[in-house]
Amino acid sequence: MCAFPFRASVFLFKHLRCEEQSQARGKTIAHDFLAIAQEADARGDPPNAMASTRHSSTLGVFHLFLVAIWSAAASTDTAAQSMSPTNIFAPVSTSAKSIFGLSIFVLAVTAAIFVVVFALLTYSVVKFRKRANDDGREPPQVYGSNQVELAWTVIPVLIVVALFMATARVIADVQKTARPDNAIEVIAIGHQFWWEYRYPALGVVTANELHVPVSDSNHPTPTLIKLLSADTDHSFWVPRLAGKTDLIPNHPNSMWIDPHQTGLFLGQCAQYCGTQHAKMLLRVYVQSRDEFDRWIQEQRRPAFASDAASRGQRIFETTACINCHTVAGTVADGRFGPDLTHLMSRDTIAAGATPNTPQNLRLWIRDPEAIKPGSLMPAMELNDQDLNALTAYLETLR
Amino acid sequence: MSTDAIALPRTELASRPFVDALHEWVTTVDHKRLGILYIVYALVFLVIGGIEAGVMRIQLVRPHNDFVSPQVFNRMFTMHGTTMIFFVAMPLVFGFANYLVPLMIGARDMAFPRLNAFSFWLTAFGGLLLYFSLVGANGLYGAGNAPDVGWFAYAPLTSRTFSVGHSTDFWTLGLLVSGFGSIGTAINILTTILCLRCPGMSLGKMPLLVWLNFVMSGMVVLAVSPLTAAQLMLLVDRYLGGHFFDTQAGGSAVIWMHFFWIFGHPEVYVLVIPAFAFASEIIPVFSRKAIFGYPVMVAATICIGFIGMSVWAHHMFTVGMSSNANTFFVLSTMAIAVPTGIKIFNWLATMWGGKIEFKTPMLFCVGFLFQFLIAGLTGIMLSAAPFDWQLGNSYFVVAHFHYVIVGGILFTVFAAFYYWFPKMTGRMCDETLGKLHFWLFLIGFHLTFDFMHIPGLLGMPRRIYTYEPGRGWDIWNLIVTIGVFFQALGTLVFVANLLWSYFKGKAAGNDPWDAWTLEWSTNSPPPAYNFATIPAIKSRRPLWDLKHPDDPDWKYE
Amino acid sequence: MNATPMTIAEREIMLNRPARGRVGMFGLIAAEAAIFTIFVVAYLFYVGKSLTGPMPKDVLSVPIFYTICLLSSSLTIHLAVKALRRGNVRVFGDWWLVTIALGAAFIYGTAMEWNRLIYHDGLTISTNLFGTTYYSLVGLHGFHVVVGLLALSMVMVFTLLGNVRSEHAERVDVLSLYWHFVDAVWVIVFTVVYVAGR
Repeated sequence: MCAFPFRASVFLFKHLRCEEQSQARGKTIAHDFLAIAQEADARGDPPNAMASTRHSSTLGVFHLFLVAIWSAAASTDTAAQSMSPTNIFAPVSTSAKSIFGLSIFVLAVTAAIFVVVFALLTYSVVKFRKRANDDGREPPQVYGSNQVELAWTVIPVLIVVALFMATARVIADVQKTARPDNAIEVIAIGHQFWWEYRYPALGVVTANELHVPVSDSNHPTPTLIKLLSADTDHSFWVPRLAGKTDLIPNHPNSMWIDPHQTGLFLGQCAQYCGTQHAKMLLRVYVQSRDEFDRWIQEQRRPAFASDAASRGQRIFETTACINCHTVAGTVADGRFGPDLTHLMSRDTIAAGATPNTPQNLRLWIRDPEAIKPGSLMPAMELNDQDLNALTAYLETLR
Repeated sequence: MSTDAIALPRTELASRPFVDALHEWVTTVDHKRLGILYIVYALVFLVIGGIEAGVMRIQLVRPHNDFVSPQVFNRMFTMHGTTMIFFVAMPLVFGFANYLVPLMIGARDMAFPRLNAFSFWLTAFGGLLLYFSLVGANGLYGAGNAPDVGWFAYAPLTSRTFSVGHSTDFWTLGLLVSGFGSIGTAINILTTILCLRCPGMSLGKMPLLVWLNFVMSGMVVLAVSPLTAAQLMLLVDRYLGGHFFDTQAGGSAVIWMHFFWIFGHPEVYVLVIPAFAFASEIIPVFSRKAIFGYPVMVAATICIGFIGMSVWAHHMFTVGMSSNANTFFVLSTMAIAVPTGIKIFNWLATMWGGKIEFKTPMLFCVGFLFQFLIAGLTGIMLSAAPFDWQLGNSYFVVAHFHYVIVGGILFTVFAAFYYWFPKMTGRMCDETLGKLHFWLFLIGFHLTFDFMHIPGLLGMPRRIYTYEPGRGWDIWNLIVTIGVFFQALGTLVFVANLLWSYFKGKAAGNDPWDAWTLEWSTNSPPPAYNFATIPAIKSRRPLWDLKHPDDPDWKYE
Repeated sequence: MNATPMTIAEREIMLNRPARGRVGMFGLIAAEAAIFTIFVVAYLFYVGKSLTGPMPKDVLSVPIFYTICLLSSSLTIHLAVKALRRGNVRVFGDWWLVTIALGAAFIYGTAMEWNRLIYHDGLTISTNLFGTTYYSLVGLHGFHVVVGLLALSMVMVFTLLGNVRSEHAERVDVLSLYWHFVDAVWVIVFTVVYVAGR
């Protein structure tokens, strides 16, 4: 009889997992759970033995908890999403989901502690108020009680042990995941105040808008992001995809994401890096495999050569622009600022600070302080004709 | 045993030339005067730091606001944090310790009165040096630049490359100088407690406030020095071409973080342990019961002191440490929740079965209990490293630490003001204004800091001068800003109360609260020599023994 | 109400409380130990991490003689204090002078070494990580020696003026604690820089 809830939860769990199609290669707690259930099924083990084979009962409870949580999560996901596109409670990738599971467990434990202690505190300040008809005598003086002290030492210690074990498990899951062979590798380099992205194996260099393929549960294709910095400390935080990891000069970090849904995911730099830290925004486009491959092909091409905008191109190549910017296939090969080869393929400019429209682009070149005061793009001091020509040229960089 | 003070007529201040009075205050080495100097200094900077916070909140009230430029905003959060920690909270801690510790142990003054004065003036000068940056630091943006590197000044943002001009140097030097002052006062407190306790006062019979200030001082001695060291290294980098934090030369930005947080985390225990001390003195008196579990409270505090020195890298969970390192710091941080929780339970047990009088000091202490509980629980959430990978460096963290510092520490500091003001001035604070202050501040505190958790959960990082609409953060930022006005109003009422009561408050007498520790045995305010004869005591509550000769504490301890 | 500090009458204090000068000095030593620990940690962390420039084994020569000078000054200061406790001010003065001379010799040795490193080997504080950490650590220690020498010299002047008597032995002993601390730090710095870090 006691086997039933366990079997039921395994069934529910399997059902959920199929629904989400998110069987990532990275070892997650859920994956272990499923694997154990399947192995045990195959062996014909009785459920009780299964519960104790690999896990202590504490972790067993934790796993059951996760099942309940993930079923709740599936239904509240849309609610979480509608509250905010950067809601940490709307994860779409395995590591974000592991964190989510742990966070619900921690929230539940702390909520329980809160309810109990809050109730005791409220009771004591109400019950032991000095009454109006007080006789003025001091109440009985109680100096302490060893048993009581022991009790409220041991119970917190046990709670800490449970929390710690759950936490240690998730740390190991996220940090020690073996890297699968077909992971897409991206090198993200943090700059003041923009993001540089390089796909070394695919020969692509771009800026500020990261494109990754969606990760299918049957054939997971996670993206491994190596995090470097060209100047100060930054932090890559797209809440729905993963916890944040810092970009620190001379201290390479790495993280991985395997988004299970396509779409645009937002975030921003989360480590104060200077004046325009606030507008170092993140946009991660998760695309189907076909769309992603197409995007890669487009990004690999050198810049469109266009006669119509040659005056603008001449201005670009003879002023200081090329000191900072690269346009592949031309003489411009500066590395201080973003690669502009496919500038028009991006929805925003200035690391998400403003939409990529001709007016905004023109304004950005004329007066960057108007859009992002304190950014390191200098005002180019061009006259109107040159500015128009230059903007027209940049508009051809699709 | 005699604890009577020779009654002295109160000197009429108005009859003395102002210059003489000023000279006395500037040259004083009396611990009580220095304590008051520290406290008044802190109050002035509390208002300044509050204004800095107000500026930030107005800027953040709606997305893409332009109340201040990003440069000014970045200076605001740097100055707000630095001011509040080093020139409000630390001086309050040392001010009250200075005033109360010698009185509570039956001594005439601190062990080193001149060092005491020197330390105060060092601290004061450090604050002035920091604020001199507004006129003295000639940066890129014109004359006068407060530092804008954040209160923890991460490398390499503080290097000459990224911090042009002298604003960072004012941050470094101001804190270096006041750091020496802090170490001096801490050594003084340690020595005073070890060497000047009155006869009969063994370590196990000291009031809890004295014990807790002892642990706090030990932590200051060990923890402020790493900050001093790191700042010296930063100066070597900036002025002598050193490479301590120069990543281009193979240096490490992470090592600054380690050194800073080896200071930074014990620092917050330095701030909160005296808050515990105030609660541990005030709650028993207003519950009419002895503190529950004195030995356990002492042991728990010592545990917090030790464990608190080993948790620092929980500020660095996102930096990319190994999973072993992350796991260790999760364990140590969660472990510290145990002694901290024990203290909350002991305060609860003190109130249990008592006869609680909700005078203003007790109101603030009760607020502290509820709020510190919540703050501790959000701390546990942050201690789970993967959860911190989402919550870290977001407004959730900002909400958490303000919950501790404002909801925990500032509330007990307010309680301490109302509780010991009668002793320091001889006059009671107005009770009605006190309650008004409490309710206004409580409403403002909860409006601001309860709702501040939500933008953090929705992905809003800290230290941003503006934010995008459409991320779901707008309404919460609005509510947070509204709360600031209530807190400001409450603080105004508080300052008005202090001023009015100083001149017109009801006469307090020696012992207005019917309390039990030695400071209540002497005049209000105490004479320069504190006690006519040094008392000899037999228990933890000498005045209880006097007032209840049939049922003294020493029979039960 | 005047603000003159009341001196604490000795007879009012229980005899079993420690002496405040000693406790205060231990507090100072604890704080200084924490500062030195951070500099030592930085030194050890950066061992072998310099990208360029002279390496420790290329340029460091172990200062055996000057180390012996400094460490024996701990012995001589101890003898001085013992003499003062016995009331022998003359012997105290002699040993005290020897202590100062030995400390000064150590500083001289450091100066010679730095002169060679800077002008002959081209190692400065800005050369590389080794230079930065070396000069900072050894320099911080040297600074503490100099401060100690200044304090010792002040006591020397008082002795020569005839103002130091056996009742000052306790205070002089507290000062010698500082000097012993400086020597102990040198043992650690020496081991880290000239033994472990090479």
